Amino acid sequence: MSNRKKTDDAPGNDTTLPVQNSRRNFLKGLSIAAAACSASLATGCLPTTARAAESGEQFALQWQEYFKKHYRLMTQKEKDETVARLERQAKLQSGLDLQISTQAPRENVLYGYAFNITRCEGFMECVAACIKENNLDRKAKTQYIRVFEMEPGQLDPGTGDGKYFHEVPVDNKFYMAVQCFHCEKAPCIKACPTKATWREPDGIVVVDYDWCIGCRYCQAACPYFGRRFNWAKPSIPKEEINRKQHYLGNRIRPMGKMEKCTFCIQRTREGKLPACVEACPTGSRVFGNLLDPESEIRFVLKNKKVFRMKEDLGTDPKFWYFID
Amino acid sequence: MKSTTPRQGLMAFVQDVIIWNTTGGFGLQVYRGLLVLGMATGIFAYSFQARFGLSVTGMNDIVSWGFYISNFTFLVGVAAAAVMLILPAYIFHDPDFHRVVIIGEGVAVGALVMCLSFIMVDLGGPLQAWHLIPGIGQFNFPSSILAWDVLVLNGYLLLNGLVPLYILYNHYQGRKADEKKYRPFVFLSIFWAFSIHMVTAFLYQGLPARPFWNNPLMGPRFLASAFAAGPALITLALAIIHHITDYKIDQKIFKKLRLIIVVSAIINLIMLFSEIFKEFYFPTHHSVSATYLFFGLHGHTSLVPWIWTSISVNIVSTLVLAFNPGKDNPKVLLPASGFLFVAIWMEKGIGLIVPGLIPSPLGEVVDYLPTWVELCVTLGIFSLGLTVVTWLIRAALIIEDRYEKLLS
Repeated sequence: MSNRKKTDDAPGNDTTLPVQNSRRNFLKGLSIAAAACSASLATGCLPTTARAAESGEQFALQWQEYFKKHYRLMTQKEKDETVARLERQAKLQSGLDLQISTQAPRENVLYGYAFNITRCEGFMECVAACIKENNLDRKAKTQYIRVFEMEPGQLDPGTGDGKYFHEVPVDNKFYMAVQCFHCEKAPCIKACPTKATWREPDGIVVVDYDWCIGCRYCQAACPYFGRRFNWAKPSIPKEEINRKQHYLGNRIRPMGKMEKCTFCIQRTREGKLPACVEACPTGSRVFGNLLDPESEIRFVLKNKKVFRMKEDLGTDPKFWYFID
Repeated sequence: MKSTTPRQGLMAFVQDVIIWNTTGGFGLQVYRGLLVLGMATGIFAYSFQARFGLSVTGMNDIVSWGFYISNFTFLVGVAAAAVMLILPAYIFHDPDFHRVVIIGEGVAVGALVMCLSFIMVDLGGPLQAWHLIPGIGQFNFPSSILAWDVLVLNGYLLLNGLVPLYILYNHYQGRKADEKKYRPFVFLSIFWAFSIHMVTAFLYQGLPARPFWNNPLMGPRFLASAFAAGPALITLALAIIHHITDYKIDQKIFKKLRLIIVVSAIINLIMLFSEIFKEFYFPTHHSVSATYLFFGLHGHTSLVPWIWTSISVNIVSTLVLAFNPGKDNPKVLLPASGFLFVAIWMEKGIGLIVPGLIPSPLGEVVDYLPTWVELCVTLGIFSLGLTVVTWLIRAALIIEDRYEKLLS
């Protein structure tokens, strides 16, 4: 996991931003200049001290961010600009050097997920990895993944214990994990009044955190408890923040917005596996491209006995359970 | 009540409305002071929510809608109930109702203002609410029922605001309002009243994830309960107006309203019985929410006393209104109307919204209790609504009173 560099950067340590590509840096410079200009226009005078310039710049950044468009309506240039603003804001506010990607879906990819009920032993490594990777609110103890300890004879997580806290595995129990199932006919997408959540061409259901108004209708509409709301401002120790982020993925959510599992969009669009898959010590988690006949997920769907949760609702999830 | 000579012009109209609503006797000023105090409490409480987010409420990822949305849902019904006065007044030309229809419309406007305020305070990102405005935002229409609800609620507010405004403005100037001009809008508002109901019911009814709500009786039951609760509230409002102002309300109106309330309340109870039968004759996994509501689940019983209180009070007040033991004695009928109103508020607010979300789709049960912030913000919004109603009705009554005297 080379990308996880929470490591030795002490807070406030002024490391320069790694040069990613010159175009983005150029755009960033441009937008900073523009922001500084509009800030000084707004205050009606040229800022005299660096501090005043900084607060003026912050104000300008907030202003521009407030009036930005829906992500899907942005041109690539506009996406680059908002990313530059967000990165600059993080730098000004907490001295963090973020790299926020807007990487588009890969061609001919439709992600699918399968979960091996026989193998999972309930270690919850997936949960821990997800929390770290996706910058989940530590104070509210937000979890995208829930693991249920199940009694034999049941296959509905609703009958299991989602709050177990003891040594695992326990004899004569089995474990089932749930998360957002990235439904093809997702009730949450239909519910959203502002089109702030949608399904990307690669099958990932995402949220535009800055477009969401926080009405929570999607949360009521989800039959799988797949969505989480930021009831307060998320709090994550600075040194634990994953700085490699995606606009639609693990960037730190504002207060009052909805969030959810994105199949680790910041990783999977770069060809890596989601953090939960990589972290699982038992190999219970299978992730891959449903359109690739050679993929492991296709092998599972073809050769194992699979089922999905609440098939009767017709949501067509892209998440299967299987039994060895 | 003041009876100045008719003046012309919009400015004079606005000025007079403001003057009427800032002057008055000692009692009126105390009442206004209390309302301002209520609104100030609401703003103070909301400031916490603005700073710390919705974490200061009792809501969480499982019970993600609470007291605000409960009140919103109930008040949509109250708003729509104005149609029970508009329909006989304008369509059947009932002269008794014609005289009080303006009061019903005032109540509707107040209720709508409260509805929209409850939605606003429930939003996690109220500053982003402009994303909902068609044209500059992204309006998920016709897919999202919430988008429909935004349309129908604002449309109904416009209809119920503008038609009375047009009539009153004409009467203010001592002219007869041209019925040809406003009649089409009155017809529209009648259909619209049913639509705000049905759309708000569909908001819940359209969620297969929530079996407690995913019930085709939801819409019709919304109508029945609202046509009981709304006229019950209007009865109380009329009684208050009758007692404290010179605008006297005919006894016939109370009798007619009682009939409307009784019929609606009985239909509502029949539908409730039908729902309870479906949930408990052969309980399935889909009956878990109803079990939680009526009997409690896994030791969580916070709504059990609430719903049984509501249903008992509902049945008793319906019986009192139906059998009329006091022979139209207001001392019997008015409390019965009040209790019926409260019972329906309890059931169609919290009793409908909260159990729909419990247990979570993964079977987890938690209890929900509103925090002081939610209670105080709600108090603030109720005060705001009452203020709006008071302003509208006071101005309307002065103008109508003067216009009646002018005609006679």
